[in-house]
Amino acid sequence: MNDPLLQLTPSSPVPSRDEIDRLIAAGDAVAALDAIQSFWRATPGPATASFVVGRFEKLRGSLPLIPCKLAILRSFTIEPAVPLVRALAFLAGIDLDVQLGDFNNYSQEILNPASSLYARKPTGAILVVHVADVAPELWEGFADLDAAAVEAAVGRVSSEFDRLITTFRAGSQAHLIVHTLQAPAEPAAGALDAQMPLGQRDAIARINTSIAATARRTNNVYILDYNALVARRGEAQWEDHRKWLTVRMPIAAGELLSLARQWMRFLHPITGRVCKAVAVDLDNTLWGGVIGEDGIEGIKLGPDYPGAAWRDMQRALLDLYRRGIILAICSKNNPAEAMEAISRHPNMLLRPEQFAAVRINWNDKASNLREIAAELNIGIDAIAFLDDNPIERDWVRRQLPEVTVIDLPDDPMGFAPALRQCPFLERLSLSAEDRERGRMYADQRLRTELQQSAGSLEDFYRSLQMVVDIAPVTLKTLARAAQLTQKTNQFNLTTRRYSEEQLAELLRLPGWHAWTIRVVDRFGDNGIVGLAIVRTAGSICEIDNFLLSCRVIGRTVETAFLSTLAAAAANQDATRLVGRFIPTKKNVPAREFYRDHGFAPIGDPTTDGPAEWMLDLTTRKIPWPQWIEQAGDTPNQQTNETRGSPR
Amino acid sequence: MSDAIENQVMQTASDVFGVPAAQLSLASSPDSVDGWDSVQHLNLVLALEQSAGVQIDPEDIEQMKTLGDVVRLIRAKQVG
Repeated sequence: MNDPLLQLTPSSPVPSRDEIDRLIAAGDAVAALDAIQSFWRATPGPATASFVVGRFEKLRGSLPLIPCKLAILRSFTIEPAVPLVRALAFLAGIDLDVQLGDFNNYSQEILNPASSLYARKPTGAILVVHVADVAPELWEGFADLDAAAVEAAVGRVSSEFDRLITTFRAGSQAHLIVHTLQAPAEPAAGALDAQMPLGQRDAIARINTSIAATARRTNNVYILDYNALVARRGEAQWEDHRKWLTVRMPIAAGELLSLARQWMRFLHPITGRVCKAVAVDLDNTLWGGVIGEDGIEGIKLGPDYPGAAWRDMQRALLDLYRRGIILAICSKNNPAEAMEAISRHPNMLLRPEQFAAVRINWNDKASNLREIAAELNIGIDAIAFLDDNPIERDWVRRQLPEVTVIDLPDDPMGFAPALRQCPFLERLSLSAEDRERGRMYADQRLRTELQQSAGSLEDFYRSLQMVVDIAPVTLKTLARAAQLTQKTNQFNLTTRRYSEEQLAELLRLPGWHAWTIRVVDRFGDNGIVGLAIVRTAGSICEIDNFLLSCRVIGRTVETAFLSTLAAAAANQDATRLVGRFIPTKKNVPAREFYRDHGFAPIGDPTTDGPAEWMLDLTTRKIPWPQWIEQAGDTPNQQTNETRGSPR
Repeated sequence: MSDAIENQVMQTASDVFGVPAAQLSLASSPDSVDGWDSVQHLNLVLALEQSAGVQIDPEDIEQMKTLGDVVRLIRAKQVG
């Protein structure tokens, strides 16, 4: 209770425009960013968005921003949403360059392969169309249609969207976000609409189902469920009939921010601005009350009011865990009492086995978050922090600006919705590995505990009972292989990123092969956790990339993998195995990989430039770690037909 | 009271058009302000609706020919 943090003021006053301009003029980009963040949090909206964007234009170059080119293809007036989404993006560390298509010109822009849309090579695109523009008869003239005409219109619009989406995909690699069509708040037939065999709202729902089906079978096309968004905000509040009839803008000014926020839920995962883990507080965040004072009987948690709010919060966290997001605890408490509540309280949805790292102590939360990041082997910028206490949030924001601090409202009933809307926790695809990730990291905690109790390192390796399966990339594993090149940062020798298509294309070239490695141990199946891509030309086998997910680093799995690569290269009559290390900010753990395995430097590698390494296969082998068992196919057992080919 | 409205309009116009408030006056118009095009005109309307809490009608939009017109309009709406 004598916490020094409590003496801090919850939040500094909102900085003025002049103060922000002074900080920019003084060249203090970090302080300016902080001031702009506070300014925006106090008054977000159309009035301040242009100011925020204008100031970021000046800060560009002095802040680390991820560039993203966004094309908006639209049928109606959406211009005023552009500064809003750009402001939100800037504040999230994304330099968003928006190319707005011409008014009601989406169709021509997509169907014309020579249009500026394709020439500009956007990272992402949004397709947003109003029913009144694509099918006026389904909007205004619905009451005049007979059943056959409604069916015909539904069919026509469905195939039009199918054609737009597939044509776009053929012409561009960009991620595509498609708005579903808005159903009218007031259908032409009134209450009768729902009684008709195919009413107006039903007809539009049928088109939307068809659009979603097209999206699902097309790569990197995502659905923005527009009616769900409107419903969440309220139809009456969302629509602005005057603006629709005058300037062809169907959305009320006050709701444009909600639309821009919804776009951000796609732009975060598209640009990689996502968090891998959520670190949660306990008292009044995971349950109501203070465990140290109220005890396990007294804390509020359960299906009924008031405990229901925290039960909802736990459900939201469990949903994130199923999405592959790692959970950790960061709480000021007595660890024994707190863990007992998590283990034994009958209404807990989250149990100790769901948490991959636990810091329950009286240290300050910024230090604990640093430790959690180190333990999980992820960057501090991959952590989101969830705490009901605004003072703790403010502290973490100041100490660790890289951490994503999730703002919670005062009312616990609003906790779960606030968490669910956090764009840093969105994902646009989910592999089997993703679904298991939370558990895998929690297993890792148990492994580490074992390591601490095991004697020598070798005993520890043996106790893990590791079995690895090294296999050529197949059609079934291609997606996971490409995903690994996209997501692995630390143990990644060259950080060359490939999409599924690019990887498949590489592997069709002569001499190119790729292998995945899967690791099973006594705690469970880690899934496919590594990838190696090589190119053999004559007597030289060159490693294009070699990478391993951080959760298996330090267990000699990398040695087993490299040993297999070297043996396979020797089998193909290569005499030299050549590898390259391209340094990035994050791949320090891989820097000594080739040296540690007996490779000799080629030329004079500097410590920070790209370094090339060579192993003479005629005189050297890489010994297989004897504590690892081998399963399934290995590359040297492959026939020529199947080796390394994705087909 | 009137100064508060005037300041608010100038600040909103400065934010939307990306021009320092010191360079704007009640006489400023699309002809004298770079960036005051039809798109920014709409953005100005929406920003004012939000920051001043008023509803601006289509007839009003056409009559907003200078920032002075805008100040008069917002003042009339807020009093009314």
